[in-house]
Amino acid sequence: MHELSIAYNIVQIADDAARDAGVDHVDAVHLRLGQLSGVVSEALWFGYDIAARGTRLEGSRLEIEDVPAVIFCSQCRTEHALESIQQFCCPVCGTPSMDIRSGRELEIAYVEYSDEPAHP
Amino acid sequence: MNPRILEIRKGVLEKNDVLAASLRERFRKAGVLVLNIVSSPGSGKTALLEVTLARLLAQGYRAAALVGDLATDNDAARLARSGASVRQITTSGNCHLEAHMIGDHLRDWALEVEGLDFLFIENVGNLVCPSHYDLGEDIRVVMLSVTEGEDKPLKYPPMFNSSDVAVITKVDLAEAVEFDRDQTVANINSVRPGMTIFETSAKRGAGIDEWIAYIVAQRDALKSPAAP
Repeated sequence: MHELSIAYNIVQIADDAARDAGVDHVDAVHLRLGQLSGVVSEALWFGYDIAARGTRLEGSRLEIEDVPAVIFCSQCRTEHALESIQQFCCPVCGTPSMDIRSGRELEIAYVEYSDEPAHP
Repeated sequence: MNPRILEIRKGVLEKNDVLAASLRERFRKAGVLVLNIVSSPGSGKTALLEVTLARLLAQGYRAAALVGDLATDNDAARLARSGASVRQITTSGNCHLEAHMIGDHLRDWALEVEGLDFLFIENVGNLVCPSHYDLGEDIRVVMLSVTEGEDKPLKYPPMFNSSDVAVITKVDLAEAVEFDRDQTVANINSVRPGMTIFETSAKRGAGIDEWIAYIVAQRDALKSPAAP
C-alpha cells in the first residue's frame, strides 16, 4: 500500500513547513489530488492518521480536493474534462488526445492553523 | 482562535522528482538509454530481459540491469547468466522502486554508467505504485502477458497512460488462452492513444527483432549529433 508512504511524505513536508514558519500545531492539510494520480483517498486518510502521530499534524484533518483529468482537444481547440480515465479522447468529438492539462496532481496546496497555541 | 493559512504548493513526491531529474541528466551525459520496466507479477519481465540482454551483448552493446524485488535475488541470478552486469535491489516489502534506490545502488555498484549503452530497470511487479515514481528513465515500458486478460489496461489507466511503450508477452500462448489481440490493442490505445506496441514471445523469439531494433534506434538517437 503506497498510500502509507505517500502519507508519510505529506506529513513530513507539512511538518517541516510548519516548523519553519514557527507554527506549533496544524489543524488541516489541503491536498490537490489528480484523477490520474492513482492514489486512493480512503487509503490516504487511513495512512495519514498513522503518519501524523507525534508530529505537529497529530489529530489534524486531511482535506482532499479532487482534480479532474483534463485534455486539450486539437480538433475542438479547447480543453475538456475526460468522461472516463479509460478513454483518452475528446468527450465531444472523440478525437484521441495525450495532451494532458491536469489530473496528475499530487500536491500540498496549503495548511491551516490557528494563531492560538493548541491544547497541550 | 483565528484560522490562518500557510501556503505550501509543493509536490508530495518532489524529493523523488528532483533526484530523478538529476539521474536523468547523468544518464543523458553518459549517453546510456535507460528503460524502466513495469508490469504485474509473472507477466514475463525477467524472461524478456534475459533474451534482450543476451541479444544486445551478442551485438556488441554494453548493457546492465537493476532488478527490484520485495525479496530474493532469483531474478538477478537468472539475468546474470546472460553475461550482463546485474544488480538486485531488494526493497524489503516496498511495492515499487524510488529514485534514491537507483542512485544508491549505482553508487555502491562497481559499474560506470558512462561505459554503458543500455541500463534496464526491472521494477517491482505491480501495476499501481510504480506509476508515481520517476526513476530518471528515458522510456517507461509496460508489459502485459496474453494470460492476463484484455482489460488490464482499463483496470490500470494511470500505469498504462504514464508509460511510453507496451510489450505484449507470451504470445506463443495466445491461442491456448483465447487471447483477443485486437481488443487488447484497442484497450491500450483507449488509455494511451498512439502507444508503440510490441508483441513478443521470449520463448519462441516472436517480435524480439522488432523490439531490439526499436531500443537500439532509441539509443542511437541519444548519441546522435543532435544530442549535446
